[in-house]
Amino acid sequence: MLFKIISTISVWIVPLFLLIVFLHAQYKGIKIYDTFIEGAKEGFWLVVRLIPYIVGIYVAIGIFRSSSALSILTRGLTPVLNLFGIPGEVIPLLITRPLSGPATLGLVSELIDKFGPDTFIGKLASTIDGSTDTTLYILAVYFASVGVKNARYSLPVGLLADVTGFVAAVYICLRIFG
Amino acid sequence: MNLVFALLVILGLLTGIFTGDLQVINEEILLSAQAAVERIMSLMGVFTLWLGIAKVAEKSGLLAAFTKYMSPLVKILFPSIPKGHPAMGAILMNMSANLFGFGSAATPFGLKAMEELQKLNPERENASEAMCTFLAINTSSITLIPTTIIALRVNAGSTNPFEIIGTIFFATTVSTICAISADYIFRSLSRRRK
Repeated sequence: MLFKIISTISVWIVPLFLLIVFLHAQYKGIKIYDTFIEGAKEGFWLVVRLIPYIVGIYVAIGIFRSSSALSILTRGLTPVLNLFGIPGEVIPLLITRPLSGPATLGLVSELIDKFGPDTFIGKLASTIDGSTDTTLYILAVYFASVGVKNARYSLPVGLLADVTGFVAAVYICLRIFG
Repeated sequence: MNLVFALLVILGLLTGIFTGDLQVINEEILLSAQAAVERIMSLMGVFTLWLGIAKVAEKSGLLAAFTKYMSPLVKILFPSIPKGHPAMGAILMNMSANLFGFGSAATPFGLKAMEELQKLNPERENASEAMCTFLAINTSSITLIPTTIIALRVNAGSTNPFEIIGTIFFATTVSTICAISADYIFRSLSRRRK
């Protein structure tokens, strides 16, 4: 029942939101198309401004990811994390997640294909992916877009959020699906 | 950020030199530069679309009405944002987009929020306290409908693709509480240092 409601919401939310915005604007007598273009122009230049930052961060992450640094790090962490009952298969996710969303999604989809979406590992990998975020990428892009150079304590806070999201995901999956 | 950038490149290159797989790295450098531009170009459409829609909602006063309704929550999290400032609206739209797994809209609204927050920022090159709080919430964001992962599970033939909604909601709630607390602690510490 709950799932039915949620899947309905996820289909309805965008069209419904658009309908409300347009109806309300029409009612208020706004020139919708002109206003839309005005905002959309900002979007275009925002994207153009972001190109150098995204290229920089993609290349740095690409170099790190394609070298064996990642697998060495994973091998080092595995015995420690195994002590806490965290399965070895999901450990690469912990390291990749803050760096790259598409790369993590790739790993998750490999795990799901290999073990099956409804196995413990499949559900754990899904939960981990949904509970953590690409902190490094978000910080780089968000701060760069407004020209802030000093991110202050944002990075440790963001990484802490990823680690707690990961740990909470493992904990709840062990409790519910384990 | 500069340190992280340097560390990623230097550690990656050194490991590459020691293990001898430099050829892979050579290819990756060019591929990822290209992938970056392809990615941003693929986002251009949705960015332009959502910022256009946001402008309509802003002009018609719908956003302001929504913000007014939700402002007690924002007031607690962001005490430094003046009442009725457009930053609040953008932050709320970003939070709602994240909550409903409405990923393509979250980033443009988030960047809009950063732009508004920067107008309130007294030091242009340093992150303001409100920006740090916003990013703490943004990177941990509570998720009700994780659309991407549900889609992935449906494609993989899951018998119950929604089964992970509860666990994700739990884990993101925990991480959001931790992030907000950590942000509060760091903020208090940095104020004391001044």
